[in-house]
Amino acid sequence: MAASESYPDDLRYHREHDWARIDGDEAVMGITWYAQDSLGELVHFEPPEVGATVEKDKPYAEVESVKAVSDVIAPLSGEVLEVNQQAVDAPETVNEEPYGDGWLVRIRVSEPSEADDLLDAAAYQALLREQ
Amino acid sequence: MQTLLRTPLHDRHVALGARMVPFVGWEMPVQYAGVIPEHRAVRTDAGVFDVSHMGEIEVEGPRARELLQSLLSNDLDRIGPGRAQYTLLTNEHGGIVDDLIVYELDPHRYFLIVNASNTQTVFAWLKEREVRGSEVSDRSSEYGLLAVQGPRAIERLGLPEAPAFTFDEGEVDGVPVMVNRTGYTGEAGCELLCAAEDAPGLWDAVVARGVVPCGLGARDTLRLEVCYPLHGNEITPETDPISAGLGWVCALDKEFTGASELRRIKEEGSARKLVAFVMEERAIPRGGMEIRGGGVVTSGSHSPMLDAGIGMGYVPVELSAPGTELTIDVRGRDRRARVVTKPIYRREES
Repeated sequence: MAASESYPDDLRYHREHDWARIDGDEAVMGITWYAQDSLGELVHFEPPEVGATVEKDKPYAEVESVKAVSDVIAPLSGEVLEVNQQAVDAPETVNEEPYGDGWLVRIRVSEPSEADDLLDAAAYQALLREQ
Repeated sequence: MQTLLRTPLHDRHVALGARMVPFVGWEMPVQYAGVIPEHRAVRTDAGVFDVSHMGEIEVEGPRARELLQSLLSNDLDRIGPGRAQYTLLTNEHGGIVDDLIVYELDPHRYFLIVNASNTQTVFAWLKEREVRGSEVSDRSSEYGLLAVQGPRAIERLGLPEAPAFTFDEGEVDGVPVMVNRTGYTGEAGCELLCAAEDAPGLWDAVVARGVVPCGLGARDTLRLEVCYPLHGNEITPETDPISAGLGWVCALDKEFTGASELRRIKEEGSARKLVAFVMEERAIPRGGMEIRGGGVVTSGSHSPMLDAGIGMGYVPVELSAPGTELTIDVRGRDRRARVVTKPIYRREES
């Protein structure tokens, strides 16, 4: 069951349709409702390895629907602490709960100031309206 | 910018919220509710596909049969009026110009339903070779075509059972149709050919009977699970039917374009073969990916029935036996797959 469209206020957004939930020096990251809706039902999540370094604005994982594969862009730089195994085992979770059980990775943030470049929910939705 | 062609059902697709995409010059629905639920509907109940973009070519006249016998790989002597046949249009090298279904209306009149991407090519090919007494006409714009597929398709349409590869005139809720017992999903069902202006009414009637609208996305995963080739992927003017496993539709005891070349290939044996495979690791193969050891993936996707990556591809003969382990380069990562006997998916006998 696909989620209905939403962009929670407590998240920071990257214009490539990714989000980060920042908590101290850690952040959980995933893809937005718009991203999962554009892709359709996800059938594969190719995660990074735990311990890998991710770099803001660079691909760190792949998500695939039946028809297409898409890079996932990192909204922040850091080290991967945890991969969401549920998203690996049941990728449709990302469609069902893109901001909840469908998160992708948890990282230790290496450059906290990068968060200043990200959009808030209102600015991200304004960006979507332009597309 | 190129203007996309639209089928007579374009408005219906938009009204149903379909995601429309460009496909070989046509604007077509890739999905409505989603590829996976549509796929499952066809495997368990019934789904309907708008395939009005496909081409319809008529060949008529006292020498129509002679013309087709000289150009198509299969033997029309194996069928008769009211019967249909899967066949190939081959070039002088034995390559596949198109794969199509020929319908024998009567011994002097044949209907060819061809791939949308090849309608112009096939029409031109036949027209150039037309002889006095064989009239070739492209009638594609006059018809709508709906594929209704699934174990409950015939029951939902209220049609009588009939053998595969037969056809007859009929009607669905008052709409006159030609009911072709053919399809591209591996399921029971039919393809309904109607006048273009009747297509919207026919679509509405079929959907009102509880048949699920399905897009090209599910059409592709369904055909891949049962290993039906797609022209442009598995079969092309550069690939031959013997290597593609389509020797069974080549009547090498008759003469047709490329037959001598195909006899030579069969005699000498192909260097490579088209195989089906299932991924043994989590990964989705895609067309164009390298198969280690000299192979290439022609089609790949996710199988909703197996919940695994599946595909077809050409491999050297020594890698083609069922059970052989393959390694596929999935965007720089080596992933294991295993050659399986076709089809990849087979309904469990009930």
